[in-house]
Amino acid sequence: MKIYVPRDAAALGVGAEQTAEAIAAEAKRRGIEVELIRNGSRGLLWLEPLVEVDVGGTRLAYGPVQASDVAALFDAGFAQGQPHALFHGDIEQVPYFKRQERLTFARVGITDPRSLGDYLAHGGYRGLANALPLTGADIVASVTASGLRGRGGAAFPAGIKWKTVLGAQNAQKYIVCNADEGDSGTFSDRMLMEGDPFVLIEGMTIAGIATGANRGYIYLRWEYPQAKAALEAAIAAARAENYLGQDVRGSGKAFELEVRMGAGAYICGEETSLLESLEGKRGQVRFKPPLPALQGLWAKPTVINNVITFASVPIILDRGAEFYQNFGMGRSRGTLPMQLAGNIKQGGLVEIAFGMTLRELLHDFGGGSLSGRPIRAVQVGGPLGAYLPESQFDTPLDYEAFAAIKGMLGHGGIVAFDDSVDMSAQARYAMEFCAIESCGKCTPCRIGSTRGVEVIDRLVAGENPAKQEAILRDLCETLTYGSLCALGGLTPYPVISALNHFPEDFVKPVQASSAVG
Amino acid sequence: MSKGSSRRVIPIKLEPPLNLSAAEHSAVLDACARLKELPGALLPILHAVQDALKFVPKDAVPLIARELNLSIAEVHGVVTFYHYFLQERPGRHVIHLCRAEACQALGSVALEAHAKARLGVDYHGTTSDGAVTLEPVYCLGNCALGPSVMVDQQLHGRVSAERFDALLAQSREGA
Repeated sequence: MKIYVPRDAAALGVGAEQTAEAIAAEAKRRGIEVELIRNGSRGLLWLEPLVEVDVGGTRLAYGPVQASDVAALFDAGFAQGQPHALFHGDIEQVPYFKRQERLTFARVGITDPRSLGDYLAHGGYRGLANALPLTGADIVASVTASGLRGRGGAAFPAGIKWKTVLGAQNAQKYIVCNADEGDSGTFSDRMLMEGDPFVLIEGMTIAGIATGANRGYIYLRWEYPQAKAALEAAIAAARAENYLGQDVRGSGKAFELEVRMGAGAYICGEETSLLESLEGKRGQVRFKPPLPALQGLWAKPTVINNVITFASVPIILDRGAEFYQNFGMGRSRGTLPMQLAGNIKQGGLVEIAFGMTLRELLHDFGGGSLSGRPIRAVQVGGPLGAYLPESQFDTPLDYEAFAAIKGMLGHGGIVAFDDSVDMSAQARYAMEFCAIESCGKCTPCRIGSTRGVEVIDRLVAGENPAKQEAILRDLCETLTYGSLCALGGLTPYPVISALNHFPEDFVKPVQASSAVG
Repeated sequence: MSKGSSRRVIPIKLEPPLNLSAAEHSAVLDACARLKELPGALLPILHAVQDALKFVPKDAVPLIARELNLSIAEVHGVVTFYHYFLQERPGRHVIHLCRAEACQALGSVALEAHAKARLGVDYHGTTSDGAVTLEPVYCLGNCALGPSVMVDQQLHGRVSAERFDALLAQSREGA
């Protein structure tokens, strides 16, 4: 019999390794033959460690299963799929999972991420097989027609980027994957790399074949050691079967891939800073132009995309651009893996077509706050995303709809805060974070962030608040328009949104009468 | 892309005398020898040095600079840019505590205060018994199950003050 216990880092963080060991030991003690498969996570993270028992092809879920629960589970007949207090039935029928539209994450949590055979058995490498006979221009046209936009945060159309690299005349081009997922509230890249590393490798290979690049790098943050292990195992397996190498599946085309580790710098998620870091330098932002598509890594034409962007390409080549394009709303096509995080009862990964409202996501999927108190504020899009009050929860998840309320969808991270949050502290933290992570190249970001912390401190202390507020708004305007990249340029989003929507938090309690904002 | 082998190597005077043990010296040279031909070799080399020694000693910098034919300032600039590279020898265990928003939403500010009080150190500090170094980290990618900490390379979620103490005790027992 088969039992699945995730090796996803989030599952390991709440004891999945001990659970797996306990299941193996308990099965042995009882003389039950068990094949233990270490899958990725289904993304129902509040149920981790989520153990699945395969009974006649149906995977029955139990969770959260701690090592101390294992003996009782066997006693209750868990090996035969019998009910228990931790029983959730057929995992595919659990509403949180069933209601999703899993395209990019189709295999995550289902397959053994270290097994190329399992990947192939679940539709893997069909996209590459379709791409190999096509011309580069045809592949790029397909990606363009799908409407896929960069999933890292900036949402730039992937097809246009690829087309620029395809058209660049150079014997050496590169494919670079931005796996420096630094936004708080996001973990979809990590889950994908740990749960289905082959799909990222396949997507990057297709990008290489399409644009004429024979070498790729995955720039991975050091905080993800499990993802590194999964990627390196998958790269070795792919290379052994000629899915990577000098002659990809007999096509005569070469594509080699390597994982490089970051070293704890948020700014390296910015594409030009990442390229500097890959070259072995300080991760300082470059001026644009030249665009990385024309002069990227070592000044060669470079496709640089986020993990989810590359991982969305195989299904586009497999099922066709139209299939993918049919999901979504407006100019936001396809699906976005949203990540429910922070003070939320049912946190996890929800891949759905664009268009669902924030409220549906927070309540129908998330089940409200973990603390049981009202959700007061939600930060969408990472540390540079706006704090949204309850009155904006009906905004649909769509790039343009978020831009219209001076927010951003970014990489799809949603962090919920209950009513115990102090929004002036969150605004101050946004400035502090910018000061810590600034690369130092441009003045508004390098110095403005430190001044921002000081101004917020004076504002909250009630030192001539009207004046401080004016200074803070002016400073934010300087950051917005005077910074070289999104770190300085977007830090005002969380600050100003906190100030506009939650002005009461910036008033010193004893001076509550001299209100600001 | 340049290859180390085709470069003209300008000898760099290594002064003042390097304060590295023989083991440290050879670990640094070994990392350089293994990795210097890689394009963009500096970060992989610094990772290899820190993997071997748990930090990047100040006196490793001129050695790495010489091996890569870079200036000491360039290597120093890179080491100091990245938060992950430690310049002082850490304790036997390094605890990275997440300070980012998703963990804040679940009380990481209180956990941070608890950790500092319990260890008697601020961030970047090492306990007086040399057991633990406390470092901040900005997101461990475990945002649905915070507050999160990483002890050495092992992630832990839903870390309450009690759980933090238990992890600490475990680390100290394991020496």
